Amino acid sequence: MAELSVIGQRVPRVDAREKVTGQAKYAADYSLPDMLWCKLLRSPHPHARILNIDTSQAEKLPGVKGIVTGKDFGGWSWGWMPATRDETPLAVDKVRYMAEAVAGLAAVDEDTAEEATGLIKVDYEELPGVFDPEEAMKDGAPQVHDYVKNNISVEYHWNFGDTEKAFAESHLVREDRFRTARATHGYLEPPAILAYYDPTGYITVWASKQSPYFHYRHLAACFKLPLSRVRVVQPFIGGGFGGTKNDSLAGDFCAVLLSKMTGRPVKYIESMEEELATSRRRHSVIVYSKMGVDKDGLLKAIQHRVVADGGGYTAIGPLSMYLNGFITTLPYRLPHFKFDAYRVFTNNPIGAAMRGHGVTHTRFAAEIQMEMLAEELGIDPVEMRMRNAIDNPKPGEIYETINKVTLETCGLKQAIKEAVEDPLWRDRDKMPKKEGAISWGVGLSGTSYSGGARQMGHQACAAIIRLCEDGTVNLITGATDCGQGSDTVLCMIAAEEMGIKLDDVSIKRVDTAYTPVDPGSYGSRVTILAGQATQKAARQVKKQLLEVAAKNWQVKPEDVEIRLGEVSLKSDPSKKMPFIKLARIACYSGTGAVIMGTGYSSYGIEHLDLTSGTGNGACSYSFTAHTARVGVDMETGKIITTGFTLASDCGRLLSPIQAEGQIEGGAIQGLGQALYEDFIMDKGKTLNPTFLDYKMPHALDVPNMKLIDIVTDDPFGPFGAKEASEGSIVSAPPAVISAIHDATGIWFKELPVTPEKVVKALKEKK
Amino acid sequence: MKEINLTVNSQPYRLSVPPHRTLLEVIREDLGLTGTKEGCGLGECGACTVLMDGQAVNSCLVLAAEADGKEITTVEGLADGDKLHPIQQAFVDHGGLQCGFCTPGMILSAKALLDKNPHPTEEEIKQGIAGNLCRCTGYAKIIESIKAAADNMGGK
Repeated sequence: MAELSVIGQRVPRVDAREKVTGQAKYAADYSLPDMLWCKLLRSPHPHARILNIDTSQAEKLPGVKGIVTGKDFGGWSWGWMPATRDETPLAVDKVRYMAEAVAGLAAVDEDTAEEATGLIKVDYEELPGVFDPEEAMKDGAPQVHDYVKNNISVEYHWNFGDTEKAFAESHLVREDRFRTARATHGYLEPPAILAYYDPTGYITVWASKQSPYFHYRHLAACFKLPLSRVRVVQPFIGGGFGGTKNDSLAGDFCAVLLSKMTGRPVKYIESMEEELATSRRRHSVIVYSKMGVDKDGLLKAIQHRVVADGGGYTAIGPLSMYLNGFITTLPYRLPHFKFDAYRVFTNNPIGAAMRGHGVTHTRFAAEIQMEMLAEELGIDPVEMRMRNAIDNPKPGEIYETINKVTLETCGLKQAIKEAVEDPLWRDRDKMPKKEGAISWGVGLSGTSYSGGARQMGHQACAAIIRLCEDGTVNLITGATDCGQGSDTVLCMIAAEEMGIKLDDVSIKRVDTAYTPVDPGSYGSRVTILAGQATQKAARQVKKQLLEVAAKNWQVKPEDVEIRLGEVSLKSDPSKKMPFIKLARIACYSGTGAVIMGTGYSSYGIEHLDLTSGTGNGACSYSFTAHTARVGVDMETGKIITTGFTLASDCGRLLSPIQAEGQIEGGAIQGLGQALYEDFIMDKGKTLNPTFLDYKMPHALDVPNMKLIDIVTDDPFGPFGAKEASEGSIVSAPPAVISAIHDATGIWFKELPVTPEKVVKALKEKK
Repeated sequence: MKEINLTVNSQPYRLSVPPHRTLLEVIREDLGLTGTKEGCGLGECGACTVLMDGQAVNSCLVLAAEADGKEITTVEGLADGDKLHPIQQAFVDHGGLQCGFCTPGMILSAKALLDKNPHPTEEEIKQGIAGNLCRCTGYAKIIESIKAAADNMGGK
């Protein structure tokens, strides 16, 4: 790799100053004169027919300016795929989960709006509900939607190789049932929108959307306007992690429609309780895993039957289920694989996407089951993984899985090797195993995640770079930084490619009226795909500037070099000029040039095949090995985590501070899902819709973290980059569960492992 | 309505507020200082943390009437012109933020801690920010930032 000036430097985020001074504006921080406040009325039943909605009393309350119900949206519905557009902005005939919105209203202030929602009278006919996906699949179960049978929202049946034969030939086969938690994103910024429907037929919204172009399409379709008349202006986003902020919500549609009706701007801010009770959270998934190995522990076959709680609507479910299966063939060599997936409608809140989308469930099951097999065979867990792990392909070679996932770099073996050389694992036998009531244990995981995700339909990210006459540049992209640091990374890529200083690159937030269309921030795709687009745009600008410099110096463009804001002649570095001078020459010579570069990404542009599960769902794959040390109080069941070693092959780290923050954040979010986080549901009702009761990790729960970089230069990423953080959230739970097993001798198969579960299991063990 | 006098970031204000109005609402809506964030509205996340007479408080749980006569510091009141407060600078330099939504509250909790305890241990730092949730960073770089700020401030 050529010597890099900006990439790889430990630079602060480009938006850090705005954020530490409180100047960064989030959706709820925007206001307009004459603005109304929107509130929603939500269903108190998980499954009920709507017989009548009487808004007359609410209309009479002074200050109420408009009320909308489901019928006002004219039957429009949306969803991720054309065949599954089963959700309407507000429930029309029936509510399918508790707290589904049934009406929205706008009033002069928040208190009046709140009071008015209490005056809307809805007559419901309660229907029998179904809350367990396996119950919902049975004949005779209450039907959540009429358009499918047995509540099957999505199903896939993939079969690669001959699993039956492979199990018959296996030395040892295990079958276990695993279950993942009802976990949610837990960002601190509740969804919010400020909407204005200009009476001449333009929509402008300031909304907390991590993928604003989804929202732009939804609004154009719902309000039957050309896309060119829908403007989503992007504020700073207070965390995303997929799901909710990648979709449009009842409050969004209501705010826009109420603005259209009243001619005034309308603001809607969801309360955190509403958010936690209705978020488009990670699916809770039951994984029936069957795994066969030979006498040396080499994997022969995996068969997964997964049943996911889809909740009331499909949303992004078809992709979630695909992701449950498509990289079960990574990161270990797997000759035979069978996958039967069922996403099932229930009367619970909607299951959707969250960081580590899909893979967190099946990889957790496979990791734990592989360790169980290793234990039965008497094979060391490190050895078990090293025997099965995919080797790093030699440069130019490609590894292909049985379902035709291909990769050119794989740092898993190196990650495991370095993780277990770290004292946390290496010296585990020198550390105390028992101290009072605390039993200590250490665990390991080795996992993979995809980066640069492919999507149905439009996939390309784009960038525009404009040269200013003072030598600075504007970087314009439709890609969103929702906190992950991509704006910084994209600016670094532009600076590196153009040979200028990072400070001379300026980036602004997405505005669909001006920025190029972009698929969105999901599937760890921004650095890879918007990064490639930025590279291409920067190269175009640089090419034009090199031509100007060459003409000026009477040399060839390839003889000129631009580096850190200095333009020089390669053969005679004493001949040089500052970049600003070259910019001025370019912009002012003759009639004056207007120098711009554009580019869009081309990595991974293939068709995504959901029904067969064959082919690449992404550009490249990260590999992660974690070790964790935990202490289990054998009396109270409380678990503390004191150490995490996180070895990650994220390709090359372009912005190390940002990548480290992602890896650490992903691991701690994963720790939460291993030990604490779960929505407690009672017949569709969320019993813990508050942060206090949902229990995300706080600072005192966090172990010391040590990071190890495994650098591979992937050809399908700018400067060799792959994804960071989704691998981390996938890898953390199995490492923690393996550590708990080391401490207690018990394999926990259901997340999260709460003190209650530990105490119960310890009693059963006795 | 109740007449209150309060000082926010050294500026005196006289306001007439309904009895149920919170300090957070006054700061964000009446004074237009939107740097202070509302996360949960229940005192569980710490995003709305401000200093009231030097104490870190969840401004969503403080009634405006209770702030009568008090001195309030919000995130907008920390920098000295263009010069960031050393805690802000440390968060910038050490990557102590990602989405930034918890950041104003986190920085004010850090300030309350360092004002009382200029040389905290790691455990004391964790205790000092235990009331502030952050979902992005996993806290490691926040703790590192506060340590660096303590070192840079040299107990001042």
